[in-house]
Amino acid sequence: MLSDLSIPLWRSIAGGALIGAAAAVLILTNGRIAGISGILDRTLHGAFGATGWRLAFLAGLLIPGLVFGSGMPVFVAGPWTLLAAGLLVGYGTRTGSGCTSGHGVCGMANLAPRSLVATLMFMGVAMLTVYGVRHLARL
Amino acid sequence: MSFFTALVAGLLFGAGLLLSGMTNPTIVRAFLDVTGHWQPSLAFTLAAAVAVALPAYQLAHHRPLTVLGLKIAWPNRYNIDRPLLLGSAIFGVGWGLSGICPGPGLVILTRPGLHAVAFFVGMVVGILAARPRPAKPGPQPG
Repeated sequence: MLSDLSIPLWRSIAGGALIGAAAAVLILTNGRIAGISGILDRTLHGAFGATGWRLAFLAGLLIPGLVFGSGMPVFVAGPWTLLAAGLLVGYGTRTGSGCTSGHGVCGMANLAPRSLVATLMFMGVAMLTVYGVRHLARL
Repeated sequence: MSFFTALVAGLLFGAGLLLSGMTNPTIVRAFLDVTGHWQPSLAFTLAAAVAVALPAYQLAHHRPLTVLGLKIAWPNRYNIDRPLLLGSAIFGVGWGLSGICPGPGLVILTRPGLHAVAFFVGMVVGILAARPRPAKPGPQPG
């Protein structure tokens, strides 16, 4: 079962390093936080003009998946559950002003207590949710 | 130029998500399943990301402007309020149910399918429903 779910350690670390490099590039050049939910939020609200860099970032985000394929994502829930989960993710990340990238990576790198608290909260609640779904509801 | 650097950052981010396996909900869920067959791989991903980004952030704090001559939009670092806690908790439920957070939620759209589209539609509606948001905190000096 380990082999089914685990990926090579070098991939975990190299992938993380690339994400960290993305955050480093964006703060040192554009002076912006590489928070996906915030970037998507502003883009959806048509904040273009001087902030059109967000479209360039989002295009870049999708290109590796378009070129190399996004692998074979194995979903852990059906479409209706994913629709509901998406609602919670969208609403929650905007209400909490950040997601795994904005709070988890950038906020922690910024040594922000606010982001540490947010990260502990969403990670802890996500672990509790998985526990509930897998071990209590037996879904 | 800021378009180009944002594109490069996006490319690095997208490649990192794919390489680390974060675009695979099963791997993410295995990380969140602490009482089951826990897979710590994503902890290494997060640690590596923070380790690389941290020096850049500390450097940025000591510069008045970025290398492109732009002002840095620093978010508030200390304000721990109800929206932060409540929103993060709601996000955690959605992340736990799906194993998908916003970045991977976009990347999986490159392999079209009902599952990815369902999550994306929900996420967009959720983002739009979250407005109006609480007043944006002011810039933080450092």
